[in-house]
Amino acid sequence: MLNIIGSAAVTAALLGALAVAVVGVVAGFSRRPALIRAARYGTYFIFGAMTVAVAAMETALLTHDFSVEYVAKVGSRETPLYYTAISLWSSLEGSILFWGWILAGYGALVAFVNRRSLSRLVPFAEGVMGIVGIFFFGLLATAASPFGEVFPVPANGPGPNPLLQNHPLMGLHPPMLYLGYVGLAVPFSFAIGALLAGKLDEEWIRATRRWTVAPWAFLSVGILAGGWWSYEVLGWGGYWAWDPVENASFLPWLTATAFLHSVMVQERRGMLKTWNLSLIIGTFLLTLFGTFLTRSGILDSVHAFTEGVIGPLFLAFIAIVMVASLVLIAWRSDRLYAPGSLDAVVSKESSFILNNLVFVAFTFTVLLGTTFPLIVEAVNGNRVSVGPPYFNMVTVPLGLLLLFLMGVGPALPWRRTTAERIRGAFWLPTAVGSIVLVVGLLLGVRRVYPLLTFAFAGFVMTTIVEEFRKGVQARRRIAGVSSVRAFGQILTRNSRRYGGYIVHTGIVIIIVALAISGSWRFEREATLRSGEAMLLGAYGIRFDEVWGREEPQRFVVGATLTVFHEGEELGPMQPRMNYYPNSEQPIATPAVRSSLKEDLYLTLMSFDAEEGAHATVRAIVNPAVPWLWIGGMIVALGAILAVAPQRKSRRPEFVPAAAAVATEAASPKEEAVTV
Amino acid sequence: MGRSKKLWAGLGIVAIVAAIAVLIVGGLSENVVYFLTPSELQARAADVVDQPLRLGGQVKPGSRSWNAETLDLRFVVQDSLSEVQVKSTGAPPAMFKEGIGVVVEGRYREDGVFEATNLMVKHSNEYEPPHDERTPQEMYESLVKPEGTS
Repeated sequence: MLNIIGSAAVTAALLGALAVAVVGVVAGFSRRPALIRAARYGTYFIFGAMTVAVAAMETALLTHDFSVEYVAKVGSRETPLYYTAISLWSSLEGSILFWGWILAGYGALVAFVNRRSLSRLVPFAEGVMGIVGIFFFGLLATAASPFGEVFPVPANGPGPNPLLQNHPLMGLHPPMLYLGYVGLAVPFSFAIGALLAGKLDEEWIRATRRWTVAPWAFLSVGILAGGWWSYEVLGWGGYWAWDPVENASFLPWLTATAFLHSVMVQERRGMLKTWNLSLIIGTFLLTLFGTFLTRSGILDSVHAFTEGVIGPLFLAFIAIVMVASLVLIAWRSDRLYAPGSLDAVVSKESSFILNNLVFVAFTFTVLLGTTFPLIVEAVNGNRVSVGPPYFNMVTVPLGLLLLFLMGVGPALPWRRTTAERIRGAFWLPTAVGSIVLVVGLLLGVRRVYPLLTFAFAGFVMTTIVEEFRKGVQARRRIAGVSSVRAFGQILTRNSRRYGGYIVHTGIVIIIVALAISGSWRFEREATLRSGEAMLLGAYGIRFDEVWGREEPQRFVVGATLTVFHEGEELGPMQPRMNYYPNSEQPIATPAVRSSLKEDLYLTLMSFDAEEGAHATVRAIVNPAVPWLWIGGMIVALGAILAVAPQRKSRRPEFVPAAAAVATEAASPKEEAVTV
Repeated sequence: MGRSKKLWAGLGIVAIVAAIAVLIVGGLSENVVYFLTPSELQARAADVVDQPLRLGGQVKPGSRSWNAETLDLRFVVQDSLSEVQVKSTGAPPAMFKEGIGVVVEGRYREDGVFEATNLMVKHSNEYEPPHDERTPQEMYESLVKPEGTS
């Protein structure tokens, strides 16, 4: 029954997407109200159909209806409820279903929010999302159908891939990543819509600013949650390995970040029109490429679900999107003339252009490293891999350059400036950065990259604090309120700008945490007998016993260790190994004890299966790692603020005066364009 | 913007792009890791000594020895023609057993022993008998590109 409902719903969505693709584009050109309405209702219809399909799948999963092919593949009666519910995205077909549902959801939301506005762009955007939908719903209806019927109906299934049912973060990481990936289809659709409409002013950028910031934030959180998941599950004590699939999620993040900055240059200065179109098209292509890498099985990875025909279909779709976009840009090249030009070498726009250059180089570096093995194998058949040293060697200097620019951009004005103003804006940040450098040296830090990271971080944080200070000061003068209220007011009235600075703060924290955890981690592996302890830095780790526990879906073996810090007992820690019936290899659950300073990370490597008399344990001290997650939360907070509706000033007659005063105080109102 | 300023800005950008290109090319040439089978390694031993490598093959039955106290792990990786001694430090992965396919990362040393820094076990549900005539490409496919989930 659910098979039929699901398949019918997917087919309905596919037909809806075909209709919206045609009607949307025709409505865009003809501008007939009836067609514009039809495209909108078609978009709602697709979302309705996909919601039915996802609901049918969830029902099948939760009721263990093994007559549904996907449930027979990933379901089992023993899997806990939570992991059963989220096994929607634990394998290929379900994850494409989920992808399609999110796409339909974004489409419906775009249509609804703009039902009375942007009528020149929205029908086109709906049409483009319809075209993207055709591909994904088409996959679901054919090569990646999750609703196939299984007969005879099995009594039980194998359950999801053990790695994907071993940690609650599986409920966060994939949805966030998908919300980010798929959401970037919205600005892409508007960009293509602007090309089709020939309306290449800044309207499509203004219309999609929130639709870019929100997916960007989802993607950021998704990437970090992936790192966190890997840290909590894979047992090697790291969070990022430059695995192709991690890279696949990182690539569109890089170009989307570049885009968030470069659109400001277009909004403010009318420059970079073609560049912005290319960036968002490239970003969308990278999300498709990422989905291809992770879902085609071309690479070896936890994520590669491997299915034969999907890969070529994805490649074909990527090629079509790329060629069609290029043709459109060429067709509209006469309207892509950008009137603005660079006034001075030192200005906000030039720092953004440099930022974009570095982001693109960063993207290229990661893309090359990720695909190099495939290229080499295709060219001369050699089997090679590119290890983390390559990525670290190239990306760390680029990252440092970006960190530095993060301090320069916000403090520079648009257009041009004077040497005096540059000195005024930068003497304090430079002084703070230098002090941090000296303190680092005095504390005995001798590694160049961490030292530079700390110094630049000090520099950037000072410019951010200065920006807030100036903003609060200007607001106090205008509104005559206390500092605290002024702070609240600049956050709500100019949430885009100050939300952006909060995002920057989170990113600085993450970069510093990366530098510290990457440089000062230390570890030790030892076999301990009962009652025996090992020392690691200030920690003492005593092995007490090995125990086993039967659970419905798995068998768990754990070791109990008592942990001491400088002789003081901190309590027990229990790293475990989980044996699932559908995997020969046990899945580790490391034990992590976090403090703001560092994590103590224990993995059970091996144990005496007969008597439990000894166990081999790997202990790692990972400094600053919790700050990665804290930084991620700050990024999310800042992004939420940046997309929140801005509170309009209730007394508009004050605005000109406010602007005048503010310009004097480094013009927060004037430059109200950040993120 | 004046002409000379434009020139300098252009030169600056060229310099940055060139620096990044040097970084990328240098990074790649130093960090590309070759995948070899035991017979390929033996055939090219002189060229690849001390270079980072990935060695893929099967754990030779009866060759494994592990000292839990010192964490010293030794085994032999073989294919149909050749074998290579491997040593590593740390507990063997839980499903590490004789006859199983492994990929070891590390360096081949002058003394003919491969020093592994990382061990990866190819998990499949069936035991594969030591094979006969598989080409290096086939071994690579089976070890590095799994056909099933995970």
